[in-house]
Amino acid sequence: MTEIVKSITTPIRLEYVYRPGRATSRFLRGLAEGRILGQRCPVTGKVYVPPRGASPTHGVPTEEEVEVRDTGTVTTFCIVRIPSEGLSIPPPFVAAHILLDGADIPFFALIHECPFDQVRMGMRVKAVWVSKEELAPTFESIRYFKPLDEPDAPFESYREHL
Amino acid sequence: MSRSLQEAKHVLEYPYRRSVGPVLGRFFGALAEGRIEGVRTQTGHVLVPPQEYDPQTGEATGEPVAVASTGVVTAWAWVDRPRPKHPLANPFAWALVQLDGADTALLHVVDAGEMARMKTGMRVRARFRDERVGEIRDIACFEPEEAR
Repeated sequence: MTEIVKSITTPIRLEYVYRPGRATSRFLRGLAEGRILGQRCPVTGKVYVPPRGASPTHGVPTEEEVEVRDTGTVTTFCIVRIPSEGLSIPPPFVAAHILLDGADIPFFALIHECPFDQVRMGMRVKAVWVSKEELAPTFESIRYFKPLDEPDAPFESYREHL
Repeated sequence: MSRSLQEAKHVLEYPYRRSVGPVLGRFFGALAEGRIEGVRTQTGHVLVPPQEYDPQTGEATGEPVAVASTGVVTAWAWVDRPRPKHPLANPFAWALVQLDGADTALLHVVDAGEMARMKTGMRVRARFRDERVGEIRDIACFEPEEAR
């Protein structure tokens, strides 16, 4: 009697060589200096971080460089408790979208130094950087964000960014 | 204007495990035993690989049918420089193989050595792996039927 196979593994693996291009390279080099650099759309005035060199809504080059602050507002977040293969961070952890002060698009980051049940939309946070010697042109120059001792941002201030 | 940072390697991998259902499950089970099975449709066609439903009528398919491990190449594409995850490390052909006794073709590879040996209509024979686990790679490849 032939044994019926119940399941098969069908892994899919994509190996990319990523070239960040000029705009994102400037952003990454900024991180190596402990700065967060965006670019402004000349039509809408919106600041994009990380910059991609062009406005996603108008397609025009975003040539004006803008430094944004390393403080911001949590727009939305997720507490990750389920481990999965390939996840480099052991759960549980908090993944959040943070609208940096001076930026018009949320930025993905982790939140630590805060009990899970106190993470909330509107919470004010600040980046915790690696030490000066460890700064490098990588997102990992920002270790995570931690809560600021400030009143929450009003919902109206980030409702456009959800 | 500053130049782009050179480049960064990025690997995206999904380790899927897929349940195959009773019809393909039997097909893979047969492969583990070194046999190839299709399925007969209500109109009498034999589908290899088998499907749960006849793609022409939408009717449920019927009994499993043993087919030969030999067949005919109906279409092929030569791969001169195999990539790391390809089934063969040497140049090979992706091919549709219609097995003797089947009415449809199976996508697999033909180890022909060189492109000049590939021809639509050529006869091929499955070479099974010694260690089989019940998946399509239990057929290592197809080989031209005439002696090399």
